[in-house]
Amino acid sequence: MSAEPSVASSSTPATQHKKTTRGGTRHFTEGGPVKKDGIQQAKTEGKELTKEEKQRLRKEKKQQKKSKEKKDEKASQESEKEKKPVSSASPASQPPTQPITPKAPSAVPTLVPVPASETPAPADKPAKSKAEMKAERRARQEAERASKQGKKGEVGQQAAPGKPKAPPSELQPVVKRLPEHVQVDNPEVLKKLAKKLERQQIPLRSDYGYKVSLFSHLHQYSRKAPLTQQLSIPSTVIHPAIVRLGLQYSQGIVAGSNARSVALLHAFKQVIRDYTTPPNEELSRDLPNQFNFLNQCRPLSASMGNAIKYIKKEISNIPSQCKEEEAKSKLLNCIDRYIDEKINLAAKAIAKSSIEKISDGDVILVYGCSSLVNHILCEAFEKNRKFRVIVVDSRPRLEGREALRRLVQRGISCTYVLISAVSYILPEVSKVFLGAHALLANGYVMSRVGTSQIALVAKAFNVPVLVCCETYKFCERVQTDSFVSNELDDPDDLIVTRKGKTQLEHWQEVPSLGLLNLVYDVTPPDFVDLVITDLGMIPCTSVPVVLRVKNVDQ
Amino acid sequence: MKLVEYFRAQMMKDPDMASAVAAIRTLLEFLKRDKGETILGLRESLTWATDCLTGVDSSVAVSSGGELFLRFISLTSLEHQDLSRCKKVMEERGELFLEKISMSRTKVAKLCHTFIKDGAKILTHSYSRVVLRVMEKAAAEKKRFSVYVTESQPDSAGRQMAEALRKLNVPVTVVLDAAVGYVLEKVDLVIVGAEGVVESGGIINKIGTYQMALCSKAHNKPFYVVAESFKFVRLYPLNQQDVPDKFKYKADTLKTVQNLSEEHPMIDYTPPSLITLLFTDLGVLTPSAVSDELIKLYL
Repeated sequence: MSAEPSVASSSTPATQHKKTTRGGTRHFTEGGPVKKDGIQQAKTEGKELTKEEKQRLRKEKKQQKKSKEKKDEKASQESEKEKKPVSSASPASQPPTQPITPKAPSAVPTLVPVPASETPAPADKPAKSKAEMKAERRARQEAERASKQGKKGEVGQQAAPGKPKAPPSELQPVVKRLPEHVQVDNPEVLKKLAKKLERQQIPLRSDYGYKVSLFSHLHQYSRKAPLTQQLSIPSTVIHPAIVRLGLQYSQGIVAGSNARSVALLHAFKQVIRDYTTPPNEELSRDLPNQFNFLNQCRPLSASMGNAIKYIKKEISNIPSQCKEEEAKSKLLNCIDRYIDEKINLAAKAIAKSSIEKISDGDVILVYGCSSLVNHILCEAFEKNRKFRVIVVDSRPRLEGREALRRLVQRGISCTYVLISAVSYILPEVSKVFLGAHALLANGYVMSRVGTSQIALVAKAFNVPVLVCCETYKFCERVQTDSFVSNELDDPDDLIVTRKGKTQLEHWQEVPSLGLLNLVYDVTPPDFVDLVITDLGMIPCTSVPVVLRVKNVDQ
Repeated sequence: MKLVEYFRAQMMKDPDMASAVAAIRTLLEFLKRDKGETILGLRESLTWATDCLTGVDSSVAVSSGGELFLRFISLTSLEHQDLSRCKKVMEERGELFLEKISMSRTKVAKLCHTFIKDGAKILTHSYSRVVLRVMEKAAAEKKRFSVYVTESQPDSAGRQMAEALRKLNVPVTVVLDAAVGYVLEKVDLVIVGAEGVVESGGIINKIGTYQMALCSKAHNKPFYVVAESFKFVRLYPLNQQDVPDKFKYKADTLKTVQNLSEEHPMIDYTPPSLITLLFTDLGVLTPSAVSDELIKLYL
């Protein structure tokens, strides 16, 4: 690394944050509580914490951790000092750990099937068992010491550093952490999130309105209060392209999983172009801030999650001795290639396979607006297949109108119905084409709310259901119902004004009334006959095979 | 054409051999006699030969067997300089492939006969050599069972099956195709062969199989399919209409008849939801595992 960039980057914080660095150094000499004020001041001014301040925060955390550990070690060391006389005690202390530790792991497997609202209970159990066990051991040690005074074994001392390590490792039950966005009704988790966001200088978005109890574990935001209003200007932590993207997501300007992923990748290209590596720091340290900000604006989708994993992997794969310009251009190329391969070329491959399934005289039913399904239908029309389309639409998004517009523009003959008429129109239909938001590892299809309804009715009428999905939307998650993890949209969207009257205008004043605006639902694999991916046509149950093959490839 | 004659000769030599095996033997002979100069040319001529053979015998197995043969022999590294050495490698792999699939029926029989319990009543459809082999094995294991065979019009192949079973001293009854629903309450299990196994896990078999599968599902009787692995084909039909015409009718019919809608199809498609288990030389598979195996075979 040449000297100039490092000098330049160290000078920029000095010039920009002159006040705080000087203030910082002054405060550092003055001591503890004043230190914190300097950092708080920096935060409220919306300026990026200087490297020193960040390091200070990290040191504080480490010290806190160390002091905690030292306390534990001292306690266990004292207790383990008399090894010989205590040897009878330690196996005695083992059995108490044994029954407690099996309890904790057995509590964990039940975590997954049990709904999210019950998570606080098992999460507290391991903590209790640790404290319980420690208290018991300490009491026993005190008793032993009182009975046999003054015996200090040399062997005991040597074994002590070994011993404290073994019990703590036994105590570590395997706790699987649930993602934060499905634990909104758990105040502890919310506090942790608030702290994390404060550290990263991202504003916390507050929930809005009364939530239906079955979905109270999910976030519900209002579109009238976008996150960007709480950001201070200028904000140097979040890149402006990301701020713009976040606003576009939360207002629904960019919608649809492919569009969102492509927009995300383009925004990140901009971030990478503008990034200058400060000395000894890496790009991957600043990324979580950007992702957390976007997550607050609108929860990330599965396809975006996969794209982000790919970006992170590519960044970590860059050799550290690579020059900055070279690394940047490499990354930009990787992202371009990802978009090309996984989205554009995949769409072409899927269109090619799907055209074989569309025969002359077909009546095809589509739901909502899926960019991939529209692409397939347009391609098939170009190849002179004679078919007509029935577009099914639903409130409040009315995305079907967009699909209708695109298809009619191409000259395809279309019919438009609302989802309530689906069982009326299905006897005419020969095939159903659906898009997907994500394909889960157990074969369930996650898509726009209403999709599973259409698949169900189509199955009852024995009409084949085809789902079109690129492989980058396959995710390792498993979900069997639409309650566990979903997205709640703005409840005010459900309010409609007809003939000058708005019935639900004052819904918040009615205490027992809740408006529910779900975004996604999951369709079981029994209702889906075929999944068309860029790897070929597979049955819905073969999704884990594809995931396995993909992991082997990578 | 010498190719077609050789094929027909192979078929006549051993009537017990599957038509796909005869086709593969023919292709191997063709490979040995081929005078091509490039590997690409070799591959093209093999594809052309497979098409020829499909023109003679339009069963699904012939086309799938041919494609799998081609894939198997070219799955090795063909980086040798000398074309004759490459050809030798391909010929060796071809022989290996042929050997493997000749053993496949025995493997299937070994897996399946344990599902035939003593005193069982079995229902089967039309004439299938694999099912016959399974029953031979079960009879050899001293199991006592009786068989109901459907007549299987239009070619009455079921009677041929009944004859073969009588030779094994197995009590057999021939029933009308229309009597499947009537007889199902008496039987314990249904075993059929397959002409092709498709990607979804469903099968393509003699017409009447779909009906039998529907009835056995309604009666909650297990529906077993026995098939060798070279019958796995890269098709994905959504319904009966989606099966390509070239498989539905006999090869001569396709060539001579003008209006296919007046001809009666010889095969139908049974969806995977109606099939309990598939017995193949790759093991006992559920219909959803077929796709997994296909991905392994073809990718």
